[in-house]
Amino acid sequence: MQAKLSCATVQSDFVKKVEELSGQDLLACYQCGKCSAGCPIVEEAEILPNQVLRLVQLGQKEDALHSKTIWLCASCYTCMSRCPRGVDLSKVMEALRQIVLRKNFDHVKISELSRKTIEELPPIALVSNFRKFTG
Amino acid sequence: MSEKLKTNPSIELSMETMTRRALVIGGGIAGMQTALDIADAGYEVILVEREPSIGGHMIQLSETFPTLDCSQCIMTPKMVEVSQHPNIRLMTYCEVEDVAGKVGQFDVTIKKKAAYVDREKCTGCGLCNEKCPTKVSSEFDLGLGKRKAIYVPFPQAVPPKPVIDADNCRFLKNGKCGVCKKVCEVEAIDFEQTDSFVEDRVGAIVVATGYDLYAKEKVSEYGYGQYPDVISGLEFERLLSASGPTNGEIRRPSDGRVPKEAVFIQCVGSRDQEKGVPYCSRVCCMYTGKHAMLYKHRVPDGQAYVFYMDIRADGKGYEEFVQRGVEEDGTLYLRGRVSRVFQQDGKIVVWGADTLTRKKIEIAADMVVLATAIVPTAGARELAKKLNITTDEYGFYNEAHLKVHPAESGRPGIFLAGCSHSPKDIPDTVAHAGCAASKVTTLFSSLRAGSDATDSLTQLSATEGREG
Amino acid sequence: MKIHYYPGCTLKVTATQFESSAIASARAVGVEMLELPRWNCCGTVYSLASDDLMHQLAPIRNLIRVRNENGNAVTTLCSMCLNTLKRANLLVNEDPEKRRTINAFMDEEEDYDGGIEVVHLLEILRDRIGFENIREKVTNPLKDLRASPYYGCLLLRPEEVGIDKAESPTVLEDLLQCIGAEPTDNPFKTECCGSYQTVDKADLVMEKTRDIISWAARNSAECVVVSCPLCFFNLDRRQKDLAERETGAILLPVLYFTQLLALALGLGAEVCGFEMHVVDPRPLLSGKGMI
Repeated sequence: MQAKLSCATVQSDFVKKVEELSGQDLLACYQCGKCSAGCPIVEEAEILPNQVLRLVQLGQKEDALHSKTIWLCASCYTCMSRCPRGVDLSKVMEALRQIVLRKNFDHVKISELSRKTIEELPPIALVSNFRKFTG
Repeated sequence: MSEKLKTNPSIELSMETMTRRALVIGGGIAGMQTALDIADAGYEVILVEREPSIGGHMIQLSETFPTLDCSQCIMTPKMVEVSQHPNIRLMTYCEVEDVAGKVGQFDVTIKKKAAYVDREKCTGCGLCNEKCPTKVSSEFDLGLGKRKAIYVPFPQAVPPKPVIDADNCRFLKNGKCGVCKKVCEVEAIDFEQTDSFVEDRVGAIVVATGYDLYAKEKVSEYGYGQYPDVISGLEFERLLSASGPTNGEIRRPSDGRVPKEAVFIQCVGSRDQEKGVPYCSRVCCMYTGKHAMLYKHRVPDGQAYVFYMDIRADGKGYEEFVQRGVEEDGTLYLRGRVSRVFQQDGKIVVWGADTLTRKKIEIAADMVVLATAIVPTAGARELAKKLNITTDEYGFYNEAHLKVHPAESGRPGIFLAGCSHSPKDIPDTVAHAGCAASKVTTLFSSLRAGSDATDSLTQLSATEGREG
Repeated sequence: MKIHYYPGCTLKVTATQFESSAIASARAVGVEMLELPRWNCCGTVYSLASDDLMHQLAPIRNLIRVRNENGNAVTTLCSMCLNTLKRANLLVNEDPEKRRTINAFMDEEEDYDGGIEVVHLLEILRDRIGFENIREKVTNPLKDLRASPYYGCLLLRPEEVGIDKAESPTVLEDLLQCIGAEPTDNPFKTECCGSYQTVDKADLVMEKTRDIISWAARNSAECVVVSCPLCFFNLDRRQKDLAERETGAILLPVLYFTQLLALALGLGAEVCGFEMHVVDPRPLLSGKGMI
């Protein structure tokens, strides 16, 4: 459970990429936790949304990208609408997902969805899910 | 800085033209302390306060950190001293209407608001208050208690003379009642009274107008103003006060029950550039720690929870005080902000976070106390215009230099004391007030010593434009 | 008034009852919804990556369709479509460079000038028709119906595209009152239903459904009123899934606001498609004499 920090980690390409894709000033977040306090999916998450951002602030690429939280995010925008620092966390979550997905890794296994599931679900569920979870 | 300040640095003054009398605007602890310091140095002071009594917000507090001194015990002797000091002319229920002139020669017009009571004749017997049939919400108790239409705001008021609230007085509105006049034994009730104006000349002005708390309407996400059991820190002080609406018992405003689960939320409106003000209000970490302790003293089987981001306990004895609350009174500090508060089945459900254990926290509270942001008092900007001094973007008065001239406004002869300048606790307010007083007495006494009248003023003017 | 109407995919597949009741009730209060020809899927949800213009093509192309019809505004029923179209519209209005790039890429279409207004039907009913005017046209007020409005997320957030205050919206309550129903409170009315997680994380959605429905029931609601086909599915279908797993689960029917509006305007159950619901609302509604 150790993180060795240096210029190379905290100013890494990964950090810059997240900032660029999300358009957010990551260090503006002062880790107050309000986003996590209102997030609808935290019960399933193993790390809190604010902690995901914290990991990026510390340049901890592997931990951030391997978190379950970024895939549990439902893009409900509650976090960004209440953040006292004006940080749009939903965009940071998207940036992290994109970094993974753009390596041709899909988070949802479409071929494993049954025909019945596909027929029952509203089209917007499928469209939005694939939009968020495929590259 | 206004145009006037850029004028010539040497202002012609002499003993004949410098009036060695000070005007202090605001009768809270800052104004009172400044007035006493200047008066003790031998100069006349006019202390103007727009409420019926001096005391400001400090007199609304119950016990003060870090000593848990009773606020009234510290203040009332000072209030009496102010009212009896031979050098202090106390003008309550008055407001500064206009200011003209310049340092050494300010011509001030003061409005004496119509109280409909001849406060010279009044003996403070209290019979009128007793007999008045109209009860309305008390401003002093922040709506948690009631007062009469003819009222003294609180028992220790100085002067202990009532005023009549024209908007709620039956006689002044509809010509009915008038019982106060009937029972008054010294014929002090005067329904014909109107606002009057007095003019005076002073050599220096100290602005000590204090603060207000962030408005209810702006804190919509925590149910403040919507749920009666969500209250501000100052309202909680009134509940704690022995002379308050519940005689010092902690009771829910909704049903009077004693709350067993009390949640305190810090930084409501503060450090919040999106929905509030970006600055830190400085006193909330300390008074919230105090609130949690006092709550536990009154409700020993209750539990206090404090949602915080940081604990700012930087004064003498402050850190130890906060730790005492944790170790002796079991205050549970949860590191995280609160996202939502809503009411359900008589409880206030609070959703916050504890980032230290990475958990979303839900508490079904009986009462929620919000440490709301400190903002400048209502009317601060208008007064600044009258005085021709500047305010920052929030309405706090600008100092001449943040580090080395904190009690001087940018304008010669006008000084600042207390929270009118920036949020402060009581020790810092008293120190700041003393600093302002010393600037005034320096101004007045430098002439008495026969020194060049322009010296001290040149120094003052030279600080203009020097930021650092 | 006439307004162009963008249905989106789901209104034509699993939410046809939302569409039929909407078109009929809108017509009855003076709003003629004209379906856009050649519309395509809006590509929900709005892509949040700053460099992603590819996923903005779909929503922008729909706005171009409105221009093709010489229109200035378009209405939609689906919260997800509303959010996606509105946010894409805002993006190209705030960043002319991006608009130029998108227009250049879609060279088979006319250029989009950024001038289309996207409105939800609720906004039209509230702001252009007026609830008082709707009240006058109500022939069968829904007396004694205790309905819990559920807004979900994308109708309200982020603030720049929301149709009402995100923390304490009232548009559905106001509409329900004007058609004679009694709106009940629900502290979970703006909490997310789980959205697209329903595809492969149905358990997560069931937990959200449980919270939303149980809070509605605790406040004596008899039904839940929604405005989004995904919220509808998550609350309607997943309620049944939950009931199959646990005994003693209460089942509250989920209704679209347009279905209740249609009933109140006397248009009858024929335009409402109640047979499509998993939790059947007909026993409740016929018990109240509304169908």
